[in-house]
Formats: sequence, C-alpha cells, structure tokens
Amino acid sequence: MMRIPFSYIWRSLWARRLTTALTIGGVALVVFVFAGVLMLARGLEATLVETGSPDNVIVLRRSATSELSSQVDRATADVLEAENGVARGADGRALLSREVVLVIDLYKKKSNALGNVSIRGVSQRALELRPGVHIVGGRPFQFGTHEIVVGKSIASQFKGVTLGSQLSFGGDRWTVVGIADAGGTGFDSEIWGDADQFMQAFGRPVYSSLTFRVADPGQFDQLKARLQADPRMQYVEIKHERDYYREQSQTLAKFIRILGLMVTTIFSFGAMIGAMITMYAAVANRTVEVGTLRALGFRRRSVLGAFLVESVMLALVGGGLGVALAALLSFERISVINFQSFSEIGFGFALSPGVIVSALIFAVVMGVVGGFLPAARAARLDIVSALRAS
Amino acid sequence: MKLLRLVFKNLSRHRLRTALTMLGIATAVMAFGLIRTIVGAWNAGVTGASANRMITRHRVSLIFPLPLPYRQEIARVPGVTAVSWGNWFGGVYGDPNDFKNFWARFSVDSTYFDLYPEFQVPPDQLAAFKKERDACIIGRKLAQQHGFKLGDVITMEGDIFPGRWQWVVRGIYTGRDPSTDETQMFFHYDYLYEQVKAREPGRPVDAGWYVLRVGSPDAMARVAATVDSMFVNSRAPTKTESEREFQQSFVQMSSAIITSLQVVSVVIIGIILLVLANTIVMSVRERTREYAVLKTLGFSGRHLVTLVFGEALVISLTGGVVGLLLTFPIVQGFAKALPTFFPVINVAPLTVALGIGAALLAGLAAAAVPANRVVRMPIVVGLRTVG
Repeated sequence: MMRIPFSYIWRSLWARRLTTALTIGGVALVVFVFAGVLMLARGLEATLVETGSPDNVIVLRRSATSELSSQVDRATADVLEAENGVARGADGRALLSREVVLVIDLYKKKSNALGNVSIRGVSQRALELRPGVHIVGGRPFQFGTHEIVVGKSIASQFKGVTLGSQLSFGGDRWTVVGIADAGGTGFDSEIWGDADQFMQAFGRPVYSSLTFRVADPGQFDQLKARLQADPRMQYVEIKHERDYYREQSQTLAKFIRILGLMVTTIFSFGAMIGAMITMYAAVANRTVEVGTLRALGFRRRSVLGAFLVESVMLALVGGGLGVALAALLSFERISVINFQSFSEIGFGFALSPGVIVSALIFAVVMGVVGGFLPAARAARLDIVSALRAS
Repeated sequence: MKLLRLVFKNLSRHRLRTALTMLGIATAVMAFGLIRTIVGAWNAGVTGASANRMITRHRVSLIFPLPLPYRQEIARVPGVTAVSWGNWFGGVYGDPNDFKNFWARFSVDSTYFDLYPEFQVPPDQLAAFKKERDACIIGRKLAQQHGFKLGDVITMEGDIFPGRWQWVVRGIYTGRDPSTDETQMFFHYDYLYEQVKAREPGRPVDAGWYVLRVGSPDAMARVAATVDSMFVNSRAPTKTESEREFQQSFVQMSSAIITSLQVVSVVIIGIILLVLANTIVMSVRERTREYAVLKTLGFSGRHLVTLVFGEALVISLTGGVVGLLLTFPIVQGFAKALPTFFPVINVAPLTVALGIGAALLAGLAAAAVPANRVVRMPIVVGLRTVG
C-alpha cells in the first residue's frame, strides 16, 4: 500500500497558516489547563508524602483525622520510650519526639489577609528523626527558651517573619532564631519550637502525636501488633509517617482533581470541535486534491491516514506548546488551606514525566477524535465527483 | 433587513461548520458559567452573612477555645443585644474519603437559633429539640442527601472529642434565603459538656466562639474594640469582627484556588475566541471573490462589515444562549459530584449576563480582523483570488 508522503501533510498545514495557528492555540490552551491541574495535584501529594520519612512511625489518638485533633498523654510516651522496637541514638536513648501541633494566625505578605500556620513543638530528637530538615539561616532553637525556627515557606509568604523578629502567640513573645529548609516538604510550612514551652504557653497538658524511628523497618508489623495488644496503648493508633501524610493530602488533592478534570473535560470538547472545524474545512477545500490523489492510485485508507496524521500533528504541536506553557508554572508556588490540618500548606506545580505523557496523550486523543469524522468524509469521497468539484 | 437575510444564507452554506462552531462556543460558555458559579459558591458564606451579627474568637486562632464566663461580660457591652456560642465538633461519619460524609457539625447553646433567623425550624420541632439533651437539628439538604428523617439516630466517631456519639434528629431547618447553608448540623452544647465530663474527667470544654447580635451595624466597630480590650490581658485574648469579615477570612484561605479558577475563566474566553475566529477567518477567505463582486455591485464597506459581524454575532450569541441553558444542568451535576463541599451553589444572574457578554465580546473580536481585511482589499485583488 502506498502511503501519502509526509511532506504533503506538512505543506497543507502550512498553506492554511492562520487557521492552523488558531487550532493549535486552542489545543494548547486546553492542554495547558489540563497539565496545570495534574501538576498541582501532584505537587500537593509530593509535598505531603515526602514529608514523612520511610522509617518513621507516628502515633496518634485512635480515629483522630490529623495531629490537630489528636491527643496523646505522657504515660504513652514513656511506654514507647522504653520499648525495644524503637531505634536508639548513639547515647542509647530512644529516637522519639514528643510533639504538639497547634495553629496560629499570621498576616500574609501578598494579600494582607490572615492565614493559618501550623506550629509544632518538638523534643530534642526531632531533627535527628527528620534528616531532610536543615537550618539554612541562623541556628537551631535552644530547648527551654522562647526561641523558634520557621520554615522557608512561612518566611517567604508571611509578614514580619525574619531572623531576629518576634512573633506573639500563647501570651508570650517568641524570637525567630533560624530558618529551616525542609526540601519542599510540609515542614517548610511550619514553625518549630520546644514542645514543653508551647504546651506551657497554651496551657495544654497532652501531646498531639509521637514520632519515632523503628529499630528494624522489616519488623514494623510485629511491633505494631505487639503495641496494639498492650492495654496501655489501647487508645492510640500507630502508622507509617508516610501513610499519615498521604492521608492528609487526599481530600485536597481529590478536590483539585475532580474540579480540574471536570473543567478540562468540558474544555477538551471545545478544542475537539475546533480541530474538527479546521479539518472539515481542510477536507472541503481539498476535494479536488483528494480526488486527484485517489485517481493517482492512493487508497481510501491512505487518504484517511493522511488527514488523521494532519489532525494529530495539529494536536501534538498544540499539546507540546501547552505543556511548555504549563512548565512555566513550576516557578510558581501557591499556598492554600488544607482543611485536614486546618493550616496553610505551601506547594508548587510539579512537572513530572507522567504529567507530560498524560498531557500529550490527551492532546493526541483530541486530535484523533476531532480529525476522524472529517478524515472519514475525505476517504469516502467518490473519485469522479471529487474531481469535478469546483 | 436584506443584509440579515444574506447573513443567514451565508450561515447555512456550511451548516455543519456553523453548528460545530455554535456547539464549541456553547461548551465554552457553559464552562465559564460553571466556574463563575463555583467561585460564587465559595463566597456564599460571605454573601449569606448577616449585617447585624459579629463573631468573637480567640485572637491566636480559631482552634483555641474561649472561657464560658466571657458570655456575661460580652453581653454587658453597650450595643450588644444578644450573645450565643458554638463549638466545632468535627467527627467522622462513615467512610471519611467520601465527600458526602463531611458536613459541618456544631454544638451550640440553646439560644443559637434566636440569632440565626435564616435557619427556619418549625416551632414544634424547635421545642422538641430543646426538651431533649441528645437531640440535633439538621439542614434540609443534608437530610435529603442522607435520607435522614425526624426521629432517626445519627452515629459517628469523635476525633476532637473521642468516642462514639449519637444524636436523634428532632428538627430539620430550611433556609430563608437562597444563600443560606442547608447542610449543617447542630446539637446541644450542654450534651457535649456532660459527655466530655463523663468520658474525660478534667478536660475543659469551653466555647469555640461567641456570636454577638448588635443593635445596628454602625455599632460594630465600637463593639469590636470594647470586647477585645476587655480581654486583651487575659489568658485568652479575643478578636471580634463582623460575621462578613469572619466568613471572608475562610474564603481567603483558599484564595489561591479561586485565583486559578479566575485565570481559567479568562482562558475560556480565549478558547471561545479562537474557535470562532477560526470559522470566521475561514468563511471570509472562501468568499473573498464574492465580497469583491459585491463591492463592484456597489455595496459599501459598511454593508460588508455588517455581513461579517452579523455572521460572527449570530453564531456567538446562539452558542452563548445554548451554553447558558446547559449551565444549569451541569451545575446540578457538579453539586452532586461534590456534595456538601459547596453547601450553597446557585447560578447567579450576573453569571448569565457575563456569559452572554463574553460571547458577544468574542464575536466582535473574532470579526474585527477579517472585516477589516475585506474592507481594505482592492476589488481587483479580490476578484483575482483563487479560493
């Protein structure tokens, strides 16, 4: 079977530059929005899931949906500290951090509106447990003092949060002595200080959660079973830190997806119609040409193929352009409330190979669907009447 | 009038193309309407806020409670005519990953409904609610979504207040205004207090926030200043603001999503424009010779411009109207897909106007360049064109 040369397809697109450009533009806009939505949902999940370390385990009150609604008392922390399955540091003490998580309001730089910020009181081992968190400005806070370290997202998004500045909450003033870089994870959107100081200031007698490292990650299930059989641990729930943070991202990510995909589905319909109009016009304008091609011996299938390829090319160029536009979004960071933790989480648009591939597949599908009917019409043309068309 | 007939004749030359273009525009206008409606739904709390209510909450964050004795002190402030309070309960009902199972649950003081006349509870139901400690009142929409009836028992797992909780539905309220949230659930603060005292002795149960009714909206600034200054040096300093500002701060939390939705709605207008411009450019190019012939026959530039614009506007406005008609069912579908996330979702008249406006604007913009080209084109060049 003879195939219609690619150069023919290319030239026919070029001959109708303006129409081609308009169609490509339409597809590009749709793919831009589609990719943007996927990048946003991925960015959010990446931010929260990466927040957890694979070997860390978090202990929350049973059926607590987040650290904010969880309460764990000192007795439970003491039991765990003595437990064999908990990893020990060089000094032989348990790698366990007793933490308290609260929310305070700070003014945002951009909108001057109040935003909710998580504050996390931690104990001595916290930094050892989260090797991804580094102090990039200033120094770590000292335990037993009113010193705090702020995540870099907080420092960049909220007003009056700089090294040496003072924040007031819990009836006291707290000095910012350091800025932490948590590598784009959820900790970048938190303020850290001494758990005991926070609890005293807010008059809170219990912790929110306990985080510890397991001595042997392979033994997690046994450890969990043993702890859950312990009557002193009846009211708590033990899970991998990663699983906890994945759950935290679910509602918001699902919401972004449903909203975004619903909008892009409607959009893509519009873009397919755009491609269809262009291709129908292309077929109508080239009736004589198609007749000639058929007379020369090209088969119906080749004609169908040629018009389909033309449409898919339009869509692919548009898709590429849309992805390129969307790639510019990766420089943008947004901060949005995560209702599960009732505090703002800063995250970016994350471009991943998966997103690029999905966006391009999406574009090709639009091209095929939009181009199929016109291409079929071209293929069905009767040679004699096509040649006679004016 | 003759020209209008010519416009329709032109439109019917490529019926499929005309229909497809209208459909494309209809789709885009529908998406535009949907997005505007969603943004509107986000703001429903602000729109529904009463002009004579204020909210007093903990200065540091809403998550911190306020002591109960504040109530008497706030009630004494001149300008305040009534005070009530509420508390966020949270809780997990059924599968937490199903959006349907999330709705606002508050424990409130029995005076709460006096301050919220827009929650209309039949008097006998309200009386029954007040008589029973474990009674609750739910919104009409919530009752509909879950099939809750009067006398049904609602059971859920507590998170902020652990344990198993049960309430009997004794009242179903309806909203007075279209902007009233009909998906909330209220139960007695006293019940919460009792239960927590029994389950976790020693745990304080305070008020989450106070609702203040003021005599006139002008008194708000003074009331806010007075209330906040009373507690400034206490363990729980307050922040008092109008209900509108309070709701606004919730909307602000998601401002990034709203901004991106607004960007998307502008992108949609771009798409309408591209689809329409494509069709018009095509039609005009195909008819270059005809236009030249019309010119030789004595039709002026104005006639030709009317032809091109007429064609664009008929397509865009038809598409726009169809799109708006489609907006209503799609909004319904969306409300079904994400129930309770947007308690109040209505297509606003302004959205309808803007949708038509966007179609009109796109029609004008799409016709401008081709019309200009037709007018400027010398007759000879036009006649010589090969289509």
